[in-house]
Amino acid sequence: MSQPSLSEALRGVVRRDLLLAMRHRSDVAMSVFFVVIVASLFPLGVGPEPAVLRTIASGVLWVTALLACLLSLGRLFTADYLDGVLEQTLLIPQPLAVLVVGKVFSHWVISGLPVVLLSPLLGLQFGLGGDSLGVLTLSLLLGTPTLSMIGAIGAALTLGLRGSGLLVALLVLPLFIPVLIFGAGAVSNSLAGIGSEANLSLLGACFLLSLAFAPWATAVALRIALE
Amino acid sequence: MFQTVALSGSRGERRLFSDVSVTVKPGTLLAVVGENGSGKTSFLRMLCGLLSPDGGEILWQGNNIRKLKELYSAQLTYVGHLNGIKDELTPVENLKVSACLAGDDSAGGVVQKALEAVGLGRSVTRPLWLLDEPFASLDAAATSYLTQHIQSHLIRGGMVVVATHEEIDLPPDCIQHLRLTR
Repeated sequence: MSQPSLSEALRGVVRRDLLLAMRHRSDVAMSVFFVVIVASLFPLGVGPEPAVLRTIASGVLWVTALLACLLSLGRLFTADYLDGVLEQTLLIPQPLAVLVVGKVFSHWVISGLPVVLLSPLLGLQFGLGGDSLGVLTLSLLLGTPTLSMIGAIGAALTLGLRGSGLLVALLVLPLFIPVLIFGAGAVSNSLAGIGSEANLSLLGACFLLSLAFAPWATAVALRIALE
Repeated sequence: MFQTVALSGSRGERRLFSDVSVTVKPGTLLAVVGENGSGKTSFLRMLCGLLSPDGGEILWQGNNIRKLKELYSAQLTYVGHLNGIKDELTPVENLKVSACLAGDDSAGGVVQKALEAVGLGRSVTRPLWLLDEPFASLDAAATSYLTQHIQSHLIRGGMVVVATHEEIDLPPDCIQHLRLTR
């Protein structure tokens, strides 16, 4: 009798999602363009004053990253739900919470990582320099996986509901607030010349906390959605 | 041995079945019959553990499946109405992923082995098969192929639960019927 080891099951889940992302490159490109365009709209609206732009930079870029994550949450479980893959995933003889981590990881690679990689460029656009650029990238690197983790709970809770897109936003955005505060705070502290270690540590703590609880909550929500 | 004890289930307000006690011994098949909407799919999903029963329990080798969790999932294969494969991926990619998820990662180059990891083939190595209308939209040749497949599984001492509208062409001594009514 064959039974997948934990790493095999995880690998299978991640491989399938990344292969699918390769098939739907336009989806990935769309979220990247979304981030670029939204971040570019602000300087146009606020005006090209460097001091103002530098002040709003952290907030704007973080909210943009947050919205990009939110937009892609719909894709996390819906397709799997519709074609029966999710049902079979529930029957894989390994803990569902761990498989959820695999799905969230792929979601982050597809939607969060591009934003992280793009952030130094976007930061430059807002006149951030040197240290602050590094802190911005680091804070996004720590924060976006947390966003995907928390988002997964919302996506699982609203699975199969009509108008789930808006409901996810209402459920999940309030939970994003701590990440937003610590993430944007890290960048503005570094701009002000105060150390950003405290904020980054708190972001790390948020990530660990979400890693401990979100997959478990998501797994329970998925089981309920498939009843 | 696979057993349900006084199992009852409902969808929303509607009671689908109650007090269903059946035993599936190795080498036997349970045919779940009944008209559309009588609860065949819900019954099978309940046997998978995807749906929780309103009352009663489901026992695998004498242990409640709620307690066994993943140990039980490792014993069964479920083929439902949905295929559980990705239309966007090529067949070979689907096969490789399914093989990996079925715990057979050596399937890289061996297509036959990989083939066994998808759909019905996936069930080859697991003792309990739960099949939801597997004969739907199959032609005569495919139906007889599937029947042979099921028969050889029974001969190996496997157990099968099938939701179906059709008569299954197997020796009557290894089939028992469960009729669900609305």
